[in-house]
Amino acid sequence: MYSFDYERPSGINEAVSAIGEDDKFLAGGQTLLPTLKLRLAQADKLVDLGGIAELKGISVNDSEVTIGAMTRHVDVADSADVKSAIPALSFLASHIGDAQVRNRGTIGGSISNNDPAADYPAALLGLGATVHTNKRSISADDFFVDLFETALEEDELVTKVTFPIPEKAGYAKFPNPASRYALTGVFVAKTANGVRVAVTGAGTCVFRQTDMEAALSSNFAADAISGIKTESSGLSADIHASAEYRANLISVMAARAVKAAS
Amino acid sequence: MSVENGIGASVRRKEDQRFITGNGHYLDDMNKVGQAYGYFLRSPHAFAKIKSIDLSAAKAAPGVVDIFTGADMVADGIGGLICGWGITSKDGSPHNAPPHNSMAVDAVRHVGDQVAFVIAESLEQAKNASELIEVDYDVQTPVTNIAKALAPGAPQIHEEAPGNLCYDWELGDKAAVDAAFANAAHVSKIDLVNNRLSPNPMEPRAALGEYDMGSGDLTLYTTSQNPHVARLIMSAFLGIAPENKLRVVAPDVGGGFGSKIFVYAEETTTIWAARKINRPVKWTADRSEAFLTDAHGRDHVTHAELAMDNDGKILAFRVSTQANMGAYLSTFASAVPTYLYGTLLSGQYKIPSIYVEVQAGFTNTTPVDAYRGAGRPEATYVVERMMETAARDLGMDPTEFRLKNFIQPDAYPYETPVIMTYDSGDYPLAMNMAKDMIDYSGFAARKAQSEANGKIRGIGTAAYIEACGIAPSAAVGSLGAGVGLWESAEVRFNPTGSVTVFTGSHSHGQGHETTFAQIIADKLGVPIESVEVVHGDTSKVPFGMGTYGSRSLAVGGSAIVKAVDKIVEKSKKIAAHLMEASVEDIEHDHGVFSVAGTDKQMTMGEIAFAAYVPHNYPADLEPGMAENAFYDPLNFTFPAGTHIAEVEIDPSTGIVDIVDWAAVDDFGNVINPMIVEGQVHGGVAQGVGQALLEGVIYDEESGQLLTGSYMDYCMPRADDLPNFRVATTNTPCPSNPLGVKGCGEAGAIAAPAALMNAIVNALGKDINMPATPEKVWRAINNN
Ligand SMILES: Cc1cc2nc3c(=O)[nH]c(=O)nc-3n(C[C@H](O)[C@H](O)[C@H](O)COP(=O)(O)OP(=O)(O)OC[C@H]3O[C@@H](n4cnc5c(N)ncnc54)[C@H](O)[C@@H]3O)c2cc1C
Repeated sequence: MYSFDYERPSGINEAVSAIGEDDKFLAGGQTLLPTLKLRLAQADKLVDLGGIAELKGISVNDSEVTIGAMTRHVDVADSADVKSAIPALSFLASHIGDAQVRNRGTIGGSISNNDPAADYPAALLGLGATVHTNKRSISADDFFVDLFETALEEDELVTKVTFPIPEKAGYAKFPNPASRYALTGVFVAKTANGVRVAVTGAGTCVFRQTDMEAALSSNFAADAISGIKTESSGLSADIHASAEYRANLISVMAARAVKAAS
Repeated sequence: MSVENGIGASVRRKEDQRFITGNGHYLDDMNKVGQAYGYFLRSPHAFAKIKSIDLSAAKAAPGVVDIFTGADMVADGIGGLICGWGITSKDGSPHNAPPHNSMAVDAVRHVGDQVAFVIAESLEQAKNASELIEVDYDVQTPVTNIAKALAPGAPQIHEEAPGNLCYDWELGDKAAVDAAFANAAHVSKIDLVNNRLSPNPMEPRAALGEYDMGSGDLTLYTTSQNPHVARLIMSAFLGIAPENKLRVVAPDVGGGFGSKIFVYAEETTTIWAARKINRPVKWTADRSEAFLTDAHGRDHVTHAELAMDNDGKILAFRVSTQANMGAYLSTFASAVPTYLYGTLLSGQYKIPSIYVEVQAGFTNTTPVDAYRGAGRPEATYVVERMMETAARDLGMDPTEFRLKNFIQPDAYPYETPVIMTYDSGDYPLAMNMAKDMIDYSGFAARKAQSEANGKIRGIGTAAYIEACGIAPSAAVGSLGAGVGLWESAEVRFNPTGSVTVFTGSHSHGQGHETTFAQIIADKLGVPIESVEVVHGDTSKVPFGMGTYGSRSLAVGGSAIVKAVDKIVEKSKKIAAHLMEASVEDIEHDHGVFSVAGTDKQMTMGEIAFAAYVPHNYPADLEPGMAENAFYDPLNFTFPAGTHIAEVEIDPSTGIVDIVDWAAVDDFGNVINPMIVEGQVHGGVAQGVGQALLEGVIYDEESGQLLTGSYMDYCMPRADDLPNFRVATTNTPCPSNPLGVKGCGEAGAIAAPAALMNAIVNALGKDINMPATPEKVWRAINNN
C-alpha cells in the first residue's frame, strides 16, 4: 500500500467536491483495499463514503425497491421488505462472498467496480434497474459497459439503485470454487416489460441472453429453454473454466433460475 | 490404578485456550527495540540472467538502512543452501545439487527468486525503495513442466545439471519384475499425475534476527518445525555463526505441513543481515510470497503396471515416475520421491517383486519438498489407483481384490521387496470395519436411487500404508541422509512437584503440550496442569530433530518415556532409602512408590522434594530430579488403514458431492483420541483439497504463477467436506515403548486415492486430480 490522504465527508456534495483526479471513493473497501495493499492500485486520497447517512438504507413501495449505494450486502440479504418484494434479490445478496465480505461490501461499490464475475450486475440487468448518481439516472442496460468499465464519469457518485418489482424472478449461481464469485450466474425475471435474462461471470461483462428471453416470453418454464445453447465464442476462458463449460453453465443455471423464480 | 487425564483420555488441548483467545506468541507479534524491517525484491521472471543490479537510487530513498544482494553474502563467505539427503543414481553417480544461494548471484530461476534484501525503518519504506532498484535482466525461455524439462532440447536451467536431471534412481529387482510380467495372465496399466500443491499454513513464514555486539551472539526467531536442524545447517554449511553463538527460537508456529522444515533463503538472509547492520531485522512473508516461495508439494507424473495371475493374485508391480524438484534442491527434496516414496510401493499387499525408477529434474518453478505425507501420499495414490484399475480390469469387486492380496495379520514381521520391514497390522480388519461403517453392500441400492434422481453415484477405497516415526539413524544414514533421526527429551521435576518437559520435537498445531503432559500424568501421576512442555528454543531444549513425518510421539514421546524410566529408577532408590527398604522391594505405580507387602508408600512429589532438599538421602546418589534421554527408533512405524469415500455427481455441472466417508486407521496405541480424530479430519480435508480443488498452475510460456492467491488457488472449506465416520484399530507398534504409530499424515495420504477411486467408479473412466467440475463434466459428456 502506498500512502494516501483520507477524508470522511458527511454529505454527497462534499464527497463529490472532495474527489480529485487521482482520488478514489471508498465504500466497503472489499475490492479497493486489497488492490491498494497489493500495490495494484494507487490513490492520492480516499474519500470514505461511510459517513454519508443518505447513501444508506432500503425502501420499498408498490412498484419499486430502492437501495442506497452504501447499503451492505448483509442488509439486503436480511431485509424482510426485500425478501417479500424481490426474494431473488435478497437471495443473490446472501450468496455474495462470505460473511465478512457481506458485512462490509456495498451495492454501490459492487456495481461501480463492475467485476465481470460479480453478482449484483446480473440483478440490475435482469430486473431492468436504474442507477441513480449525483448527476443523472442511468438504466442498467447502459450502465455496465465492459470489463471493470461503467458509464460513470470520474467524479460521478452512485447514490442509489431502484429495482422495479417483477412478477417473479430467480437467480442461480455456480460459484467459482476458489473465490466464490460467480463462475456463471443467471438472473431471470418476468416483468411488466417482458422477460429478461442476465448472465454474469461468463463473459467480460454482464449480458442478456436474448434467445432465452424470447423463449421464456412465450412460456416461462425451464423446459422452454432446455434446447437453447449459448455460443461459446465470445465467452471467457481461464484456469477455472473454458468457454464451452461456461456456455453449458448458462443453460444449467438459467433453468435453475427459472425453476427457483418466485 | 487409573490416572486422570492419562493415556487414552480425550483431554481438551491445554494450548487452545491461548490460541483461540488471541494470546499465542506468533512471530510477527514480536518486536525488538531498534528493529528495522526487511523486504525482498523478487524476480518477476521465471528464468533470466542478471546483467547488473543498480542500487544507488534505492539506497538514497527515505528510511533505507541498507540493501544487500547475493554478491554481498558471497563476499562475506556465506555458503549456499543445501540438500541434506544424497541420492545415488542408477549409474552410481551422486545427485546433481546445483548451487543455491540465498539471493541470486548471476541468474534467477523462478518467479519470486530473491534478488535483493531491502532494510528500512518501516516496511512501506523498504517496499518503496525496492521499486527503485534497477535490475537489468536477460530473459530466458523457461520450462515449468517436468516431462518437458527432462526432454531433449529443453532450456538448460543449471550448468551443473545437464538435461535438467537431478537424479535417475531405481529400487527393486528389475529382472524379477520383467520375468513376472512376461508370464503374467493379466497386466493392468495406469497413467497418473500427482498435482502440485501449495502448503498454505495459516501463519506465513517469518524471521526476526538479532545480534548482540557485546557477546557476539546471534538469535533467530523463526517459523521452524525443527530449530536445531536449522541452526546446524546455518552454522555448518552457510557459516553464519558457530552453533554456540547461534540461537534459533521457533515460538508458537501456526501450522507447517512440512513447509517449515526447510532452511530457506529469507531466514538465513535475515539473520545474516542483522549482524551486518547491527540491528534487529524482521521479515514476514505476505500471502503472495508464501505462494511464491514456500516449498510446494507433490508434482509427479507416473506410469504404473501391475502383473497378475489367473486368480487375481498380484505377481509384480512396475512403476516409473518423473518428479519435479523446482528450480533448486530444497532441504530434503531429494528423499521425497525416492526413499519416502519407492519404499512404500508394496502398500498393504503381498507383491513378490517390485521395481521403481524415478527421474527427478529441475524446472523454473518454486522448489518442491515434503508436504503432509511427503512421498507416501504419492505412493498410496499410485498403489491404490492401480489396485482399483486392476480390479476393474478383472471384473472383481475392488475390496475383494484387495482382501485377496493383503498381507495377512500373521505374517509379521513382513519384508517387502522395497526394503521395508512391516512390523504389525491387521489390514483385513480395518477394511471390513470400513465397509460395515459405510454400508458397502447397500451401495448398489443407493446408486440406483441416485440414478433415479438424475445423479451418478460412485464408491472408492484406499487401503493405505505409510512409514512414520522417522527414523532409525543407521538405516537412513545408509540411504543417504545427512542427519540421524533420533529425538531428545528432558523431564525435569521442580522441588514442589511440578514438571517441565523439554522436547526436541516441535509443536506447530499438533497438541504436544497436551499429549506429552498426558504421558507424564499417566506415568508419574502428576496432574497435567502441573506439566509444562517446552519446545522450539535451542537455548532451552537439548538438541532435537524436530517434527515431521508423524514422528513426534513415536520418537519424541519415546524419548520422554526413556527419561521417565530414569526418573523412576532414581526415585526408587530415594524411596527405598526413605522407607528403609531395599530397592528391589520398591514397587512403582503411576507415581506412587510403595514397599512390597506393606502399606508404606510415597508419592512422586514427595520424592522429588527429597531429591532437592536431600537432608536425608542416599549417600551415593546425586541430588536433583531431572533426567534426559535420547531415543533412536529401531524401525519405522507403519500406520495403515482403509478409507472409503462415496460421492454423488451432478452430470449437468460435474460437481462432486462427497456424501459419505469412512476412515478406519491403525495408529497403534492412542494417547488422546480427540486429538487423533482431529488429525484425521484435517488430513482428510487436505486430501480432499488435493483431489477436488487444489493445484498450482504455472503459465507454461511465461513461467508465471497463475494460482498466486486464494482467488485462484482453491483451499478446501468446511462446506466442501462431509461428516466423517472415523474409527481406529489398535495393533500396538512393537518397536517403541508407547506402542504408537503416528497419525499426522494418514488422512492426507488416504483421501486423494479414496476420493478419486470413487469418482472414477462413478464415471467409469480415469481423470486426473484435481477433479474440477469441468473435468468431471467433460468426462461425462465425452468432450
Ligand atoms: C473474498 C471476497 C469474495 C467476494 N465474493 C464476491 C461474490 O461472490 N460476488 C460478488 O458480487 N462480489 C464479491 N466480492 C466483492 C464484494 O462483494 C464487494 O461488492 C466489492 O468488493 C465492491 O464493493 P465495496 O463496497 O467493497 O467497494 P470498494 O472496494 O470500496 O470500492 C470498489 C470501487 O468502486 C468505487 N466506488 C465505491 N462506491 C462507489 C459509489 N457509490 N460511487 C462510485 N464509485 C464507487 C471505488 O472507488 C472503487 O473503485 C468479493 C470480495 C472479496 C474480498
